[in-house]
Amino acid sequence: MTDVTLQPTGQEAVQEAELGDYFALFKPRVMSLVVFTALVGLLVAPVPVHPFIGFVAILCIAVGAGASGALNMWWDADIDAKMKRTARRPIPAGRVQPGEALGLGLTLSVFATVLLWLATDALAAGLLAFTIFFYVVIYSVWLKRLTPQNIVIGGAAGAFPPMIGWAVATGGVSVESVLMFALIFMWTPPHFWALALFVKSDYGDAGVPMLTETHGARVTRNHVLAYTILLVPVAIGLGFTSIGGPVYLATAVVLNLWFLKGAWDIWKRTDELAIADNFKVEKQVFKVSLYYLFGHFVALLIDAVLRVGGV
Amino acid sequence: MAIHVEHELHGRRRGRNRGLGLLLAGFVAIVFGLTVVKVIALGDAGKFESFDHVARPQLEPQPEAGQ
Repeated sequence: MTDVTLQPTGQEAVQEAELGDYFALFKPRVMSLVVFTALVGLLVAPVPVHPFIGFVAILCIAVGAGASGALNMWWDADIDAKMKRTARRPIPAGRVQPGEALGLGLTLSVFATVLLWLATDALAAGLLAFTIFFYVVIYSVWLKRLTPQNIVIGGAAGAFPPMIGWAVATGGVSVESVLMFALIFMWTPPHFWALALFVKSDYGDAGVPMLTETHGARVTRNHVLAYTILLVPVAIGLGFTSIGGPVYLATAVVLNLWFLKGAWDIWKRTDELAIADNFKVEKQVFKVSLYYLFGHFVALLIDAVLRVGGV
Repeated sequence: MAIHVEHELHGRRRGRNRGLGLLLAGFVAIVFGLTVVKVIALGDAGKFESFDHVARPQLEPQPEAGQ
């Protein structure tokens, strides 16, 4: 950029980005979920981590997640520009150039992976690199525009952070970390499809096949119930591993009954009923799904604290 | 009419430059902190000398007397 942008040209002037525009590329909301679940994965592991190493590890995971968000925005700039929800993102709004997002994403991906490797171990760094690759290449580039099951497979990218946190502490992968992964992986589809049922999206105009648009609301309702049923044994099973405890088990039972009841209610409803009450149940279940994931991970944390305290 | 030397664009650039400066300072602090933690984790800071790629005869095991 040069001062040439000071001279009005008659055309729409290209804006120069603020620092916040670059930060927006990192999808801060997604980052916060990643940081929280990775932190829990790290803290519930049976091996203590030096606080500073733990801080650097979480920072690397957050930067890696942000970098993959920037690469996703670079790749999806064309469809972001066509959808109301995303049209004001930095690239389609013209505040950040696509090349800048690409450069920033690639640089920070390498930076976060290498620093995590130096600070902790090769497995954690490898998992972070694979997560970035999965989100950008497998989900964004390959599946997102190809299949209505995109969110199912793509959800794996959001499920890796607790596994990375666990690998930071233990240097390995175990049944506990795999089940934490599975919990988020199985939770993502019903959570997202509950939202898709009541949000009027313009994915169709942008050429992105979402289940609600390709197969309709009835099939989506079936999918919400099916995935919630599959989610229950995963969530309860985690309670019987070494990181589970009474608090987790009690929480899991309550939250799974609550979520299952919601999914059942969604399945029972017809579109006419949903439209009539402005998707009241779907909105409620979406909220429950947020409490669901947060509650499970907080419960894991409480049990870990109780174990440390010898309770 | 007063001449404004500073354009709004310069303010934005200053914000970006300050942000970048803080990030770089944070990076230096992280690398320094990691170095301190890793060296302390060795237990004996003297062991750190073996990593500096310089021959240090004092680190070599001493031959026993009479050999």
